[in-house]
Amino acid sequence: MSTVDRDRPNPSTDPAWEIVIGLEVHCELRTATKLFCGCRNSFGEEPNTSVCPVCLGLPGSLPVLNRTAVDYAMRIGTALHCRVQPSQFHRKNYFYPDMPKDYQISQYDVPINADGWLDLPDGGRIGIIRAHLEEDTGKTTHVGGGGRIHDAAHSLVDYNRAGVPLVEIVSAPDIRSAEEARAYVDELRAILVATGASDGKMEEGSLRVDANVSVRPAGSTDFGTRCEIKNMNSLRSLGRAIEYEAARQMALISEGGTVAQETRHWDEGGGRTGSMRSKEEAYDYRYFPEPDLVPLEPSEDWVAAVATSLPRLPADRRAAVAEASGLPAGSDAVATVVRLGLDHLVDAVVSAAGPPDAPSVAVRRLANEVAADPEAAASLDPASFARLVGMEAGGALTAAQARTVLKAIMDRGGEPEAIASELGFEAMDVSDLEAVVEEIISAHPDEWSRFEAGEDKLTGFFIGKVKAATDGKADLKAASSILRNRR
Amino acid sequence: MTAMSRRITTEGRISAKEVAHVARLARLRLTDEELERFAEQLGAVLEHARDVEQLDTAGVPPTAHPLPLVNVLRDDAVVPCLDRDEVLAQAPEVEDDRFRVPRILGEAP
Amino acid sequence: MTSAIETAARVRAGEGRAADVLEEHLARIAAHESEVHAFNLVLVEQARAAAAAVDEAVAAGRDPGRLAGVPVALKDNLCTRGIPTTCSSRILDGWKPPYDATVVRRLVDAGAVIVGKTNLDEFAMGSSTENSAFGPTRNPHDLGRVPGGSSGGSAAAVAAGFAALGLGSDTGGSIRQPASLCGVVGAKPTYGLVSRYGLVAFASSLDQIGPFGLDVADAALLLDVIAGPDSLDSTCMPDPPVQASSRLGAGVDGLRVGVVEELASAEGLTPPVGICLREAAEALAAAGAKVDEVSVPATVYGLSAYYLIAPAEASSNLARYDGVRYGKRIVPSPDADLTEMYLATRSEGFGAEVKRRIMLGTYALSAGYYDAYYGQAQRVRTLILRDFEAAYRDFDVLLAPTAPGSAFPLGEKTADPLLMYLNDVCTVPSNLAGHPAVSVPFGTDHAGLPLGVQVLAPALGEAVMFQVAAALEAAAPAPPVPAMRRMGGPA
Ligand SMILES: [Mg+2]
Ligand SMILES: [Zn+2]
Repeated sequence: MSTVDRDRPNPSTDPAWEIVIGLEVHCELRTATKLFCGCRNSFGEEPNTSVCPVCLGLPGSLPVLNRTAVDYAMRIGTALHCRVQPSQFHRKNYFYPDMPKDYQISQYDVPINADGWLDLPDGGRIGIIRAHLEEDTGKTTHVGGGGRIHDAAHSLVDYNRAGVPLVEIVSAPDIRSAEEARAYVDELRAILVATGASDGKMEEGSLRVDANVSVRPAGSTDFGTRCEIKNMNSLRSLGRAIEYEAARQMALISEGGTVAQETRHWDEGGGRTGSMRSKEEAYDYRYFPEPDLVPLEPSEDWVAAVATSLPRLPADRRAAVAEASGLPAGSDAVATVVRLGLDHLVDAVVSAAGPPDAPSVAVRRLANEVAADPEAAASLDPASFARLVGMEAGGALTAAQARTVLKAIMDRGGEPEAIASELGFEAMDVSDLEAVVEEIISAHPDEWSRFEAGEDKLTGFFIGKVKAATDGKADLKAASSILRNRR
Repeated sequence: MTAMSRRITTEGRISAKEVAHVARLARLRLTDEELERFAEQLGAVLEHARDVEQLDTAGVPPTAHPLPLVNVLRDDAVVPCLDRDEVLAQAPEVEDDRFRVPRILGEAP
Repeated sequence: MTSAIETAARVRAGEGRAADVLEEHLARIAAHESEVHAFNLVLVEQARAAAAAVDEAVAAGRDPGRLAGVPVALKDNLCTRGIPTTCSSRILDGWKPPYDATVVRRLVDAGAVIVGKTNLDEFAMGSSTENSAFGPTRNPHDLGRVPGGSSGGSAAAVAAGFAALGLGSDTGGSIRQPASLCGVVGAKPTYGLVSRYGLVAFASSLDQIGPFGLDVADAALLLDVIAGPDSLDSTCMPDPPVQASSRLGAGVDGLRVGVVEELASAEGLTPPVGICLREAAEALAAAGAKVDEVSVPATVYGLSAYYLIAPAEASSNLARYDGVRYGKRIVPSPDADLTEMYLATRSEGFGAEVKRRIMLGTYALSAGYYDAYYGQAQRVRTLILRDFEAAYRDFDVLLAPTAPGSAFPLGEKTADPLLMYLNDVCTVPSNLAGHPAVSVPFGTDHAGLPLGVQVLAPALGEAVMFQVAAALEAAAPAPPVPAMRRMGGPA
């Protein structure tokens, strides 16, 4: 269980409150070099080996913008349905040792991407305010005091990461629960990976999430005072941090207190958020246009080329799978198939043009048996899979038999027809099946009269008997239609 | 538009308190004597700038840059980095091939 | 002294040795540098090696370049690999850049011999070279007076004959004003004509590197050597550079020259400046130019706009001097935290003028003031550009004073920053517009101290600007020559 105190309101269940969440996601771009210099953009190098006068902020050095970083940023913006627009870089001024120039080159009032949205698998839509380009900072290690900043004796700085290109994606405050926040990040990560702009690795820090959390009485349209929560390094900690912080704010307000607008740090071990500021310090970033860079005005051709080069995005792929299978786009099965990248197997089934419900059978098999073994799934032959699904949908194999054959194919490969006959799986002849059903009906006259009288739930009882009597070889779908017709 | 955020300090004067706040932002420690002197001198410069401050520039776009260039971009090609020893040799203090700094109170914003 | 052009021609032709040219200059440095203090560092050994390399190249039949064997003085805010670059600030104590500025590479490629790094007002902030952590530079014409600034060391080095050419940087007049006070030619090119890569930034949207020379042709040649596209500077123009020296001998017959009324009557100008400007205008008219008065109204706001924009950019550019990666670090007590280290380092590392400008700029950018100050100054910049544009519809070049007066005594203006800032009143409009301007010696004041006149041109108008400057030079009374320059070679 979470570490939320028992006596605090539980944010996920208390109907008197609403949580309002906006997320800021920093995404490192997969360029070969940094944003403003030709140093390698790579993770895990020896400290201070991927540095030059520009990314060390040496006197006299000047930034020159990386074309591929701009292209990736445009891909992200397009994938998030943003307006890709002329933009400008600004300097954000503040002193911190991980920032070599003591200002960050970022975008301010005119970001490269603005006003988009992201559709969640469950059908929800989250607004995207902006997705702008900026440079990353270096990495600070705290020495002594258990690695915690305030207790450390001193700190050490490595500038390899300084200047790595980032796109910062700022959502509208449209997210209403920790669960939805996780779904948003999950979906965003899938989109970022699909665009080719990011590797989506939260553990390596290439995706970092900050959450702006506030609470308000249910039904209110005003926003409460928000706190910005930092330092969540997994989807799990994101959810925990939001739940904790919302509960903290609710308890505070319930007790007559007020929430202070501040940045808070998620402590994974302690399961709590804590205030980050040790001193009263007003931030004033003194933004002004970066005079060392000229405006960025991507041509219409460039914007169009980016749009046409984007692969199909997860939401479109879910819609396609839903359409092919007749299952809802918001269903878990469809979402799973797309998340695991198994939709090409659905496509194969569709192309094979088998029985009408073959695609929906395919989605069920993919979301269950195939998804359970992602490694084997990767080497699954689309044609074999399509034939297997066709056999099941056409009644040549029962569901149970199809599952067994599928598992065999995934374990050791082979053709579905050969494996089925090897296992002695032959669908029972319809007249044989009818005879079995008749036998069972006469053996259970009471149940049959109740079923005849409309007690539908007894279908399961008879099907269970059929399954047992036929040793699993019966096509249970066929059996239930015999039962219905006989009634 | 600019009138909203425009704050004309009384008679071009900046208070010593404002100067102290600005010094803090700029990470400069000033003596009381310097605070007084800077308040007076900055006040005089801003007083001279009063003509600019009060000029009607409605509808005039700002010029951030005298140059009409746009889209100056470079290819995403790796160039050799600096030698680490040369980089660290310039540092006031080094530990474990990193730049060493005194303990930090307060995190990055 | 022979001109840089003659020197290079003789060296390239094998008629003279770079080594001899250098020794002649080193001899003058040895004799008079202690009085002038033009240099933060004289690079005797490196210069001798460079001169020897030039001579070897000539001997081997290779062309060492357009500046073969010409001694050049570099302002000490230009990065030189492995050689201290101080910006005349304590805060850069011990810093050796791991790279060369683009202009330095171009000089070396052209066969120039770098003789030293010259003194400046700390981080180029000043108009007298008195704001140097290493003490002031003195004017070779009168050692009791300032050479102007901030490129006072380079101007003095050329005036004294320590180097044939000098490089400076000009953010609000820092090349032209010391050129005027030292009786040499100094030019600020069009913004973006010369790469700023390796120039330690003061105010990035205004800074330009430019040449000093004893005459117009030398300055134009040096500009031609350093100008041109650079992939390391996003604000450097990608097109082939204009040839500043392409029309030097063309005269001014038929050219339209406008004397800028607002600058001719600017705040604080001394009477001799007005006289020289009038004589210069008359000289051009006599040479065939059509000279008239022209109003460029928004230039009256130039100084105020400049003293909001330049400090604002400087406050950001100078944030990086924080004691973490290079240069000075002051730890005030053994248990001092990071902020205490920042405060001590920056407070002890920067001089008073730098602190004053950082304060001013931080204030102008801070919340609630941005629109009134920095934003408003950027709009004034637009007005100045528009007014210049209008003037250049009727005139090929404009004429204005360079500085309000001749070289002033050391210490005269140090107590009153505003009085010092008024030195820039005639020069800042060109920086705000990004346009080129050159100061040419023209006449003297009552005490025989040199004065200069400025020729302003539209963006990329360097060729016509130097064309007019050459005509002015030809018409000017013979400029005073400091005694020290006459020593050790042909006068
Ligand atoms: Mg950011
Ligand atoms: Zn770099």
